[in-house]
Amino acid sequence: MIHIEKLTKQFGALTAVDSLSLDVGEGEVFGFLGPNGAGKTTTVRMLTSLIGPTAGRATVNGLEIGRDDQAIRQTVGLLTETPGLYDRLSAEHNLTIFARLYGVGDVPDQVQKYLRMLGLWERRQDEAGSFSKGMRQKLAIARALLHEPEVLFLDEPTSGLDPEAAKLVRDFIGELKAEGRTIFLCTHNLDEADRLCSRIGIFKTRLITVDTPANLRQKLYGRTVVFHVKQLLPDWVGAVRALPFVRSAEAADSRLVVGLDDPETHNPDILRQLVAAGADVQFVGELRHSLEDIYLQFIEKAGQP
Amino acid sequence: MNRIQTIVEKEWAEVFKNRIVLFTVAFLPILFTALPLIILYTTRGAASAGDSADLPPSFAKACGSITSGECMQIFLVNQFMILFMMMPLIIPVAIASYSIVGEKATRSLEPLLATPITTPELLAGKSLAAAVPAILATWVGFVVFVIGVPFVGGGPALITSILGSVWLTAIFVVGPLMAVMAVNFAIMVSSRVNDPRAAEQISAVVVVPILGLMFGQIAGVIVLNVQLMMLTALALAIIDVGLIYLGARLFQRETILTKWK
Repeated sequence: MIHIEKLTKQFGALTAVDSLSLDVGEGEVFGFLGPNGAGKTTTVRMLTSLIGPTAGRATVNGLEIGRDDQAIRQTVGLLTETPGLYDRLSAEHNLTIFARLYGVGDVPDQVQKYLRMLGLWERRQDEAGSFSKGMRQKLAIARALLHEPEVLFLDEPTSGLDPEAAKLVRDFIGELKAEGRTIFLCTHNLDEADRLCSRIGIFKTRLITVDTPANLRQKLYGRTVVFHVKQLLPDWVGAVRALPFVRSAEAADSRLVVGLDDPETHNPDILRQLVAAGADVQFVGELRHSLEDIYLQFIEKAGQP
Repeated sequence: MNRIQTIVEKEWAEVFKNRIVLFTVAFLPILFTALPLIILYTTRGAASAGDSADLPPSFAKACGSITSGECMQIFLVNQFMILFMMMPLIIPVAIASYSIVGEKATRSLEPLLATPITTPELLAGKSLAAAVPAILATWVGFVVFVIGVPFVGGGPALITSILGSVWLTAIFVVGPLMAVMAVNFAIMVSSRVNDPRAAEQISAVVVVPILGLMFGQIAGVIVLNVQLMMLTALALAIIDVGLIYLGARLFQRETILTKWK
């Protein structure tokens, strides 16, 4: 659905996006993570044909940026970093303007559909300027969806929202995902990306890595299993560490934290070893590294020479 | 065309909710139309008794066979022709400044630029939204003025003069050309500032040449005649083409998103 080849954008001497290559499949929710100033918004602007690349090429839904710009803008939806609403106009009027600009067939019906879907129907006559941040963001999302775009670009959709409003927006993105829409999601919210995205790209001017959240964890840490043992002895830690399939074994209070690649196969072996040594194993669980840990590791690595 | 219409309607719906713009668009034509009528009414006795010796010689000569009183009335009212020429300058500046700088302030330009609207459509919509009210207000003001002249003591020679080619060229040719100039100048200024009032004040320099024309006429250095009006129209047409070109260059998506601060 989105195909990017060595896409580059320079502003004078500054390189904002450096040779980005990436593919996003149909119906995929792709998370684009990166620190402030990494070039995420510039990438989205290029992919939505708002600005042109300095080098490289990209196609969105089979349409080439720089050549089919108007057609691209017709088939993609963009939620910008700030809602950018017409504050003096009502919610309904805001959407009506954009529905007409997108050439939507039945404007009143489509406007009503999205106002109802996002819970704004009762406030449709109110000026957008009187809305809370969450409502403004929902109205901006409705605006991005009015023309039923095949690809949706969401730039920081929950940024600056309180937890309740952020959850509402996140749940709605989840609904869009369930509908099978292709979504390119720029976010700082790593938990959000973890929950919503099938793949994640970590980006800081260049694409540092791209994979599923599970594979990113695997790449960095392998998999980690925690054995809670009553009175853990140092010998047991050494014995587990000596097993050929164990990547690491560390003691943390009464917990034995073991890194290994295939816990489904090897957990029983470790368990047998511990029990044979006289350990009282209370329970076993898998430690899930947060996406934040992964993100910070990759960004740190990218910053190193 | 539908998209241009949408932009025009959007601009009017939003900008006219701004009291400052509404005041400029509504009050200015009322003031500039009422002022010459009031002056004409209050000076009707003095004007009819006027002596052509009080007039600039170049103007008195142009009056030909009409009475000196009527000549005085025409001279007096001609000073206000400049006011009618100022309307299509001041009103679009107010609308365009608030429209463009307002969009910058609320960051609503990016979602708008993300739609399939083309840059010429967007620019045309914004320009029409600013120019049309100014041109209409000028024309309506002029019609009201023409209707009002006989009721405030204006003689037949004055009415003939107002409905003559100088005034009609000024109102129906020069006025719209001035509106186009003002809009495009305001667009250029608006791209560089972040405060609508600053944009409006800076853009107001387009009025300066008209003020020069007014003072030149009062001093008798300039006599507004058809030749001068046609020359002004020609000069404005050339300036407009240049400003439209510059405005269009400035109003590109990439420029707006990356350089407009």
